[in-house]
Formats: sequence, structure tokens, C-alpha cells
Amino acid sequence: MKAAGKGKQHPLLAFHSALLILFIYVPVLMIVIYSFNDSRINSNWSGFTLKWYGSLFDNRQVMEALGNSLTIAVISTVVSTVFGTMAALALRRMASRKKKGVIGLLYLPIIVPDIIMGLSLLVLFSQFQVPLGKLTVIIAHITFSISYVYVIVSSRLANMGKQLEEAASDLGASPWQTFRFVTLPSIWPGVLAGAIMAFTLSIDDFMISFFVAGPNSTTLPIYIYGLVKRGISPEINALCTLMIIVSVALIVLAQWLLNRGNGNERSSMLPF
Amino acid sequence: MLMIELVNVEKHFAGQPVVHPLSLKIDEGEFLTLLGPSGCGKTTILRMIAGFEQPTTGEIRLDGENVTDLPPNKRNLNLVFQHYALFPHMTVEQNIQFGLKMKKIPQAEQRERIADAIRLTQLTPLAKRFPHQLSGGQQQRVAIARAIANHPKVLLLDEPLGALDLQLRKNLQGELKQLQRNLGITFVYVTHDQEEAMMMSDRIVIMNNGRVEQVGSPKDIYERPETLFAATFVGENNVFHEEHMFAVRPEKIRVAAEPEDARKSGIIQDIVYLGNIHKLIVHLAHEQTNVTVALDFTDERKWEIGQRVGVNWNAQDEVMIGP
Repeated sequence: MKAAGKGKQHPLLAFHSALLILFIYVPVLMIVIYSFNDSRINSNWSGFTLKWYGSLFDNRQVMEALGNSLTIAVISTVVSTVFGTMAALALRRMASRKKKGVIGLLYLPIIVPDIIMGLSLLVLFSQFQVPLGKLTVIIAHITFSISYVYVIVSSRLANMGKQLEEAASDLGASPWQTFRFVTLPSIWPGVLAGAIMAFTLSIDDFMISFFVAGPNSTTLPIYIYGLVKRGISPEINALCTLMIIVSVALIVLAQWLLNRGNGNERSSMLPF
Repeated sequence: MLMIELVNVEKHFAGQPVVHPLSLKIDEGEFLTLLGPSGCGKTTILRMIAGFEQPTTGEIRLDGENVTDLPPNKRNLNLVFQHYALFPHMTVEQNIQFGLKMKKIPQAEQRERIADAIRLTQLTPLAKRFPHQLSGGQQQRVAIARAIANHPKVLLLDEPLGALDLQLRKNLQGELKQLQRNLGITFVYVTHDQEEAMMMSDRIVIMNNGRVEQVGSPKDIYERPETLFAATFVGENNVFHEEHMFAVRPEKIRVAAEPEDARKSGIIQDIVYLGNIHKLIVHLAHEQTNVTVALDFTDERKWEIGQRVGVNWNAQDEVMIGP
């Protein structure tokens, strides 16, 4: 332990780390590699091709699922970002005893297993006889996304403190002007990161969507699940590869936005 | 002319009094300092005047108008925050412009006022920079420029120099005092630094534990402290308890090499050299206390630790303290 702390590492550590990374990424890597495989059979490499990507875009069903996924993701992202941000702003002003309870309720959807979320939403919708379709999927996605947006935006707000808003108010800004010109620009990276998070979660969600989707609201993950039952085709590999790329890119963008915002704030506090 | 009036203003936090009932009048053009240790309630008073805290009871008047229930954005005064609170996403110029924009001042006048504020605070070469590209002293100047551009009736300053190092603080104290004279507006200044208060203020309000100990000019407070706290918080003092309590400043005490016919006698416990003066700490065996004697450069006698000496002072230099 001590030797490691001083920077000198045990030779086995590097080996162990490499093994761990392989363990995590080999399955993903397999999909990416075989999406370029010329052969229809996965285990048989017969040369490089991009044709599966081409046929993917010619596949009407894939395009329809993609369209559904994007519509659902965009709407649920906008709504959950607005509500999550509003919740973060409101809770900051709440008396601290009441606040703890409400924050607990907001964290709950993150902790509750997806299958229970999906099932309970399904029960709710059938109870109120809401026909399953895009609308129910959107409502479901908003439900769990609000929590994530809240967590991200509220940590950003906590970093910001109250002095800037007091300064704005002191300089004659009304509460709305203070929000518009000072609070929102300061938390903007957090709001954006929250939105990207919500978008990614919506695009990737299978479990909850599976319960509440109707016949005309098949999302990409649900479509892929349906294909797998008939055997894995290289087209699925191509589709998954694209989804991995988009998801990773969005998460990296969200992280970058958060770091950039924090960095600015920190350096402006330094007294030099 | 009266500018600010506090009438029986009192503040409780969670049932605990942090400011006991206080009445205070501040004149137009006055430099008034609230001086006291941290937690004495001075910042709370400032925040009540600014409108960020609501007095539990009492009334605050600004230029004759009762502003007790007005929100901060409706009060014609500005606060310079301890940590400047500059908007990080705006340049120096945009920071200064912010208040003018909010008040919908015409464009041409905005430009004029920004230029004036920038000139007065010597920020001209930094106008296009962002706050994080400025030093602490420069940020502090921007905070002041941003406030004075609004032409407030009163400028409130909450330990504005507290985060700066000593040399810079000394320079800015002079600049601030000069600025206040040039602008002729009322300054209400909060600090825990008694030297700063003495140097800048027309009047000082000494506070302790949420109560006002004394209000007076720096000279009043130094020469005629009314309470034990005021006597010992501002400058150094020797306090004696005889039939009544009184204080004698170290520079008013004379020391004699022959202890025989002196008022009191004792042993030199320490000698502190401070450049312009030196101090003898004399332990009075009879009273079991120490007396500090300040000697200036004209004193060329040789003093040694352990030497037995006498101390004297004139009766008129005794300042009665307390009832």
C-alpha cells in the first residue's frame, strides 16, 4: 500500500487494470468490429465493409424507430429540463427541514429499479385508461429525467452561492431580471449538461419504454430487442455502434460543459 | 442634512437578538464606519439598510422616505460586497453597465456614466477584461465603479478591503477616502480593523454583541472612550481599577528610572521595538497588572528587562470609564 502511494506500482497492478478494462470493453468492441464484417454470420470474419450501415439507412422500420426515439427524446428533454431546473431553483429557497423530504422524493426515481418504474407507470396508465403510445413514453421519460436534471442543476446552483443574485438585486434588477441576466447565465452549463443527460437517458432507455410503449411508438432499443429474438444481424451491430458513438459523444459533451463552467467560476474567485 | 435614519431597529435570527434596538442618524456626505469584532451585528445592520435583511422591529428611512418594506432593487443605494460579487460572465464594462441597464437609463447617458466611473476608479485599460482576469485590488475597484455609476444616495461597503494584503489595503484606504470626498456621497463602511476606521471615518460606531458601545469622531473615541470595550478595542490602553475605573493611553504615561517618588512602580518585563516608537511593558507588582508605556524617538535612556522603574501620568490624562 505504502509503495503504491509513493508512486511506485506493483507490476501486477498494471496487468490487473488491463484485464479489468478488457472485461468491460470486449463485448462493446465485438459489436463495433462485427458491424464492419462482410459476412452475415457474426463469428466468421470475411472482410471489411460499410454495407450494413448503408442498408440500415434504407430500412424503413429502423428509420421509423429512430424517428420515434428522437421525437420522444427531444420533447421529454425540453420538458424535464424546464421542470428539473425550476425544481432546483424553488428548492434552494425552501426552509431546510421541508427541503430534505422533497429532495428525497426527487432522488427516488434514480434509485427505484427501472422495472418497477415501468410496471407502476403501466398500471397508472391503464388505471386512467390512457392509450399506450408516444405520449405515455414521453411522460415516462419525463418522470425519470427530471430527477437527473434536478441533481445536476442544483449542484451548479450550490456552487454559485447567493451573492451574485444579491448584487444584481442591489443594482436595481427585479427578481425576473436577476434570473434572466445573472442566475440563468451562471447555471447555464449545468442546465445544458442536464438536458444532454436527459436526452441520453431517453434515447438509451429500454426497460421503462418497453412497458409503456404502444404499437406505433416503437423506439430504437425496443426495435433492436425485437430483432434480436430473430437472431443478431450485422445491421443491429451497425445500429448499436452508432448508438454507442452518439451516447458517448453526448456524455463527453455534458461533462465538458460542466467542467468548463466550474473552471470559470473557480478562477474568478481567486484573488489575483 | 439627514440621509439615513434608523429608528429603534432591532434584528432577531431564530429568536436570538443579533442587533439590539438601535437608533442612528447618518448625515449627507458623511463617512460613517461601523466598527466591531466579527459577529457584533455590524454586517447585519448594513444588510438591513441595503434591504437584504428585514428588521424584526423598527424603521429605516432613506433621505426622508421610509424604505423598511422596499426590496433592495427599489432602494436608491448600493452595496459593495466583501468578495466583490462581480458577474463572471460580463466584462468590466458590462458589469458597470448592469445597474444602468436595469434602470433603463438612456444609452448616451449610460456611456457617459460608465466612462466617468471607469476614470474615477482608474480602470480604463481593463474595461474589456473579464473579472477572472483581474487581481483582487482591481476587482475591488470594479465593484466600486459598478456601484457609483448608479449615482446612489448612499454607498454601503462591507469590509471591501478585507480580502486584500496589507500594502494594497493601505493604498486603497487612501483612494477610497479621496473618492468619497470627490463624490460627496454618504459612505457607510463596515470593518473590524480599528486602524482603518480611525483613518477613514468622520464618525465611528463601535459595536459589540449587537449593541452600540459608543458613537463619535475618531478623536472622541480615542481620547474619551465611554466604555471598557471602546477603551480597549480602539488603540492600546491601560485600564486601572481604583475607586472607579479609568484608562490611560500608553503615550500619556511617563517612565522614571527612579521608582521612589513615582505614582506606581514595577519591573520592566519586556521591551518592544517598533521603529517609530518603542514600548516598555512594566509589571506592577502591587496591582498584579501590566502597564504599557510608549516612548518615542526622543527617549534615549537605556532600559533593561528586569529593571525597577516608576510610572507617572497626569490626572487630566485619566479617562473615566463606565458609570
